[in-house]
Amino acid sequence: MPHINIAGLPGGFLTTFSSLRLVALGLAVRRGPRFLFRGLDMSLASGQVMQLTGPNGSGKSTLIRLLAGFSPPDAGTVRLEGAGEEHPGAFLHYFGHREGLRPALTARENLAFLAGLLGGDEARIPDALGKLGVARLLDLPVRVLSEGQRRRVALARLLVVDRPIWLLDEPLASLDVEAIATVSGLVAEHAKAGGMALVATHQPLAATNATLDLSGRREAAA
Amino acid sequence: MSAFSAVLKRDLRLARRAGAGASLGLMFFLVLIAIVPFAIGADQKLISRLAPALLWIAALLATLLGLDRLFQADEEDGALDQFLLSGGSLTMLVLAKALAHWLVTGLPLSLAAPVLGLMLAIEPQAMLPLSLSLLVGTPALTLIGLVGAALTVSLNRGGLLLSLLVVPTAIPTLIFGVAVAKAAAEGRDFAMPLTVLCGTTLFALAISPIAAALALRQARG
Repeated sequence: MPHINIAGLPGGFLTTFSSLRLVALGLAVRRGPRFLFRGLDMSLASGQVMQLTGPNGSGKSTLIRLLAGFSPPDAGTVRLEGAGEEHPGAFLHYFGHREGLRPALTARENLAFLAGLLGGDEARIPDALGKLGVARLLDLPVRVLSEGQRRRVALARLLVVDRPIWLLDEPLASLDVEAIATVSGLVAEHAKAGGMALVATHQPLAATNATLDLSGRREAAA
Repeated sequence: MSAFSAVLKRDLRLARRAGAGASLGLMFFLVLIAIVPFAIGADQKLISRLAPALLWIAALLATLLGLDRLFQADEEDGALDQFLLSGGSLTMLVLAKALAHWLVTGLPLSLAAPVLGLMLAIEPQAMLPLSLSLLVGTPALTLIGLVGAALTVSLNRGGLLLSLLVVPTAIPTLIFGVAVAKAAAEGRDFAMPLTVLCGTTLFALAISPIAAALALRQARG
């Protein structure tokens, strides 16, 4: 299992956030004549890795985007406890289907941009790519990478920028067996260090210690 | 502030890398000005009189070029999601994008204008004021366009709608920009139109980034 060094602060930066909790109460999302889900309660605390499951179209991506604060729910609230006055977005990583990489820029330039934007450390880029097994792609334009390589480069931002909450939407898609084990290990290490993760995936994830199933939650709107 | 410079640096790098991004506006400007004498004919006096207006119209159209992709590219590749997670203000990031856009379109246009003005037999005493008016006025064009780009971010082929939204709002800038160059060509004092032109730019600077950031948030709601 690869070892992540979420260093920087003595004792790891995550210990500062041990009181952090992502809490959602009574969430509802309506799509036309029906609710994707309604009255959904969940909470994510330090050390938890929650696997989000459910058939295609059951609202996994919608829920994750909602928790990230990108769109408001039709009912209910999302709260970040223990975050103080700071912007909730500054505590989380969102990793979705669209990786946020520009094809014309190299892996290093893309990650350096994200490090600058999200408040990470550029110096960690070679190391982070090494942990994901793509160190030699550092100075190649993302345009020439394969799908799986691109996903690995994009995932490296989890290590370049320290954020206590990881919201990962299908992070294992297009990855080979070895990379799946690596990512699973990264999530486990992150949780062990005091972080938390919500991972939507159809594949078994070794690090999982909680599950949230969205299947069968769909109901017609009154 | 580091998020601001990260966005600025990336957009400038992308413009340089893509090649076309940086020089396309300038090439378009050059082509438009180069064909004017052929269309109007060899009436040097007429061309000279039209020159300030032609240069300003060309600058407006060159600025619009590619503006529809300003936020769309970030929306498509997911970078806009990351903008929202920066923990800072989206308004500042939007402003960084506007600055990058102006540095690769408005600034080179303003600097090239006197040279292109020669092709239109512009009065020598109007060259510097014309350049100055573009230097002061093109940021307003970019900033106004910014709002249009944000409003059409989720529309495929939003380019036409963007032009329909942006061009009417850019008219005051156009009027006073041309007024500066015209006054200078006729040897009159151009301080008044230049001051109003500065005013439109400052107004756009105060309003546009906020409006664009709001539009981007709404588009994702």
